[in-house]
Amino acid sequence: MNEKKPAIVCRCSDVTLEQIRDLIRKGYTSIDEIKRITRAGMGPCQGKTCGPIIEREIAQITGSKIESLAQHRQRGPIKGIKLGTLAAGGDHKHEE
Amino acid sequence: MKNVDIAIVGGGPAGLCAAITAADLGAKVILVEQDDALGGQLVKQTHMFFGSEKQHAGTRGIDIGTMLVEQVESNPNIEIMLNATAMGYYPDGVLGINQEENFIKIKPLKMILATGASERMIAFPNNDLPGVFGAGAVQTLMNVYGIKPGKRVLMVGAGNIGLIVSYQLLQAGVEVAAIVEGSPNIGGYLVHASKIRRLGVPVLTSHTILEALGDREVTGAVIAKLDEKWNIIKGTEQTVVVDTICLAVGLTPLTELIDQGGGKLAYIRELSGYVPIHNQELESTVSGIYVAGDLAGVEEASSAMVEGKLAGAVAAKALGYKPKAAEQIIEEAHQELFDLRSGPVGAGIRAGISKLQEVRQRC
Repeated sequence: MNEKKPAIVCRCSDVTLEQIRDLIRKGYTSIDEIKRITRAGMGPCQGKTCGPIIEREIAQITGSKIESLAQHRQRGPIKGIKLGTLAAGGDHKHEE
Repeated sequence: MKNVDIAIVGGGPAGLCAAITAADLGAKVILVEQDDALGGQLVKQTHMFFGSEKQHAGTRGIDIGTMLVEQVESNPNIEIMLNATAMGYYPDGVLGINQEENFIKIKPLKMILATGASERMIAFPNNDLPGVFGAGAVQTLMNVYGIKPGKRVLMVGAGNIGLIVSYQLLQAGVEVAAIVEGSPNIGGYLVHASKIRRLGVPVLTSHTILEALGDREVTGAVIAKLDEKWNIIKGTEQTVVVDTICLAVGLTPLTELIDQGGGKLAYIRELSGYVPIHNQELESTVSGIYVAGDLAGVEEASSAMVEGKLAGAVAAKALGYKPKAAEQIIEEAHQELFDLRSGPVGAGIRAGISKLQEVRQRC
């Protein structure tokens, strides 16, 4: 439209649609690759927002079906957790 | 380490019904919910449900939620964990839970995942301006906290969520400028669409949002018409003056835990994306892990409740609890699901489920 305003794909790490499309055109055609370059999907929501958008963009630009794309790994922890809590790791309360 | 018969992740309609059914059959259950209250999306559903009496048709979602939560709370076989988020599922069958400052490990004999779905977003210029909301967030603000999201809203998406939330906005005294829908047809039930139309809100099919306008917050949106190939028709752009843009563009199942547990996923568009491959008794490709509700394929709360009941009965039966009674519940649940999915509105789901069965046979 008028002046260029970014369309945000990953709100956790401020990654734009333009960045994602550039990468796909350069040949980075999996969510995991794009994640490692841009950090899209590594924020608090762990890809819940950007994942489906990136999948669709990859499919559209590469002319393939979403179902034929490589599935991305969904590693734990699913949400942010304090290191202390994780390290205390067990059945007793974490002491401050 | 906590040992239990069945761990259920998710305290929405599917998880609640799974817990009640399994516990009634005698199984010891832990119900894990990340929110500070049970009920899931039912707590903000102020509209009445469809279906038959068995799925509480004619009752408001929020009242169904209250009723199910009371049943869960009064059942001595159910331990409820609130503010508890399942962080990961490990190859040794341990579920890691973060509850406040504690990391708790649970090793269940069976697990029912009822994690639900998350809202989809779309990318358009300025979509990070304050005033751009997901429909679920708008519903939570209004119906749970009593806060209006704005004065005048553009709704994006005419599926059931878009239609219902538009109606609830109108009920709350918020203007709805229009509903735009990319496809040539309204996706939601005609009953909901008719209510909106009677109140004078235009439903613009084959239309999409191009960008949000505003410097510090939303002051408007540009929309345009799409041709049959979903390309924007030049010259049809128009500006609507709104302070809120509400996105109701679909849901995606939350598959992280089942994925980590080694369960295979399949992309089935009719079920809203990647779903765990499962059989008719809702068992995933990992023995002893069952899926229910939107995770198994995005549908309605009514079918989520029945799937919860089914998964609860199947898991309890597998552990040897009252197999005859369980079998009867399983049969009933199958019949209820069949009824809920019959007719033209169930066509998409039926197609999705048969695709899933094809994939399952191949793997």
